[in-house]
Amino acid sequence: MSTSLRNNGAVLLSLLAAALLVAGFALAFFWAPEAQDDPAFRIFYLHVPVALTAYACFGWGGWKALRLLWTRDERYDLESYVAIHMGVIFGLLALVTGSVWARYTWGVWWTWDERQLVLFLVLFLFYSAYFMLRFSTPAGPRRARTSAVYALFGVALIPVSFLAIRLAERYIHPVVLTRDPKIENEMLASFGVCLAGMLTLAGALYLVELAGKRADARLSELRELVA
Amino acid sequence: MTAYLSDVAALARKDLLVELRSRDTVPAMLLFVVGALVVFHFALAEDSSRLASAGMLWIALLFTAQLALVRAFVAERDEAVIDGLLLAPCDRSAIWLGKAISVAAFLALAEAVALPAFALFYEPVTWELIAGVALANIGIAAVGTLLGAMAAAAHTRELLLPLLFLPLAIPLVVGGVGATLAEDPSRYLAFLGLYDLIFAILSWASFEYVVTE
Repeated sequence: MSTSLRNNGAVLLSLLAAALLVAGFALAFFWAPEAQDDPAFRIFYLHVPVALTAYACFGWGGWKALRLLWTRDERYDLESYVAIHMGVIFGLLALVTGSVWARYTWGVWWTWDERQLVLFLVLFLFYSAYFMLRFSTPAGPRRARTSAVYALFGVALIPVSFLAIRLAERYIHPVVLTRDPKIENEMLASFGVCLAGMLTLAGALYLVELAGKRADARLSELRELVA
Repeated sequence: MTAYLSDVAALARKDLLVELRSRDTVPAMLLFVVGALVVFHFALAEDSSRLASAGMLWIALLFTAQLALVRAFVAERDEAVIDGLLLAPCDRSAIWLGKAISVAAFLALAEAVALPAFALFYEPVTWELIAGVALANIGIAAVGTLLGAMAAAAHTRELLLPLLFLPLAIPLVVGGVGATLAEDPSRYLAFLGLYDLIFAILSWASFEYVVTE
């Protein structure tokens, strides 16, 4: 294990993320055309990349959890945990930005008609329980495996919940609201840059947090040696 | 295969026998579910629709199930039964299956009281509702047994289990309420079947990881 606290990959990724995000939002605000019927549409360039990044983090956490169960290599435990930690942060951001979007488009802070938003609420509950599980189980290989199994359940729960939310709309609201703004090529390009920036940002945060947690673990090992 | 099934049968029989002798869990579940249905009468406004009462029934069933799940691993943990089970020369997933069968049996008993009570107090019980309850039962027992084993290792176990279980139970509520109320209940019953299939396979495959040290 390297004793250096320098983390060149994370620094590089952070710079790249900053550049991409600035470029993406500049494109979104000054180049991409305005959507006709939705004044708050520009939050699309923030909300949707954040939401997709959260899914990517949950998926990454699930993949690391699978690797842990497969190889029994302890280091995947921390990687899975940090990925899910990032996913929850981005998920919370997606909830907040989605709520703001709902406020300016429909005039309410919360709507059960917006499937993605409801799904994020369910996932937020689920992954908060993941943290409760981790913090109330003694550390060790059993906790690592239990958390990994729960993380894998999360990956299965995402599509099942999505289906459930769609099905629930039919008995709660027979008429489904549709909102399909016309997406033009310039919008798609700006959106792609924003998405790439957000994913890079998540990657950078993931590396920084992972390095921090590893340094923490190393420090407590050293403390035990000294004591 | 026959050896596996006879292991499962022996484990389920053990749990049913323990319950038959101690009578801890099932009477509590019966009392709780009837009590919940009575409380809901006072919680609902006078002119509430049948839609509301169907939702209340599903909440009552879900919360009653939590009683069975919280109790499911008490003997395993307190009397160290789990150590013996893990030493037994049987597949670990058989422990999960046996426990899930006994939990499903307790739930079925509670529902055998809850559904007539619901018919008496609120609305007639349809075949679709019975089918929905039976399918949801499988899902609750499958997922709940695995989560119960997870929570048994934590020091906040009784607190933790509902937190772990509720987000995973939302699809069951959607399927159950849909099967009770919608014009085309078959879609919702199929959804419940799909849920059972996915999560039963996942739980069956992952139980070993959760119980071994």
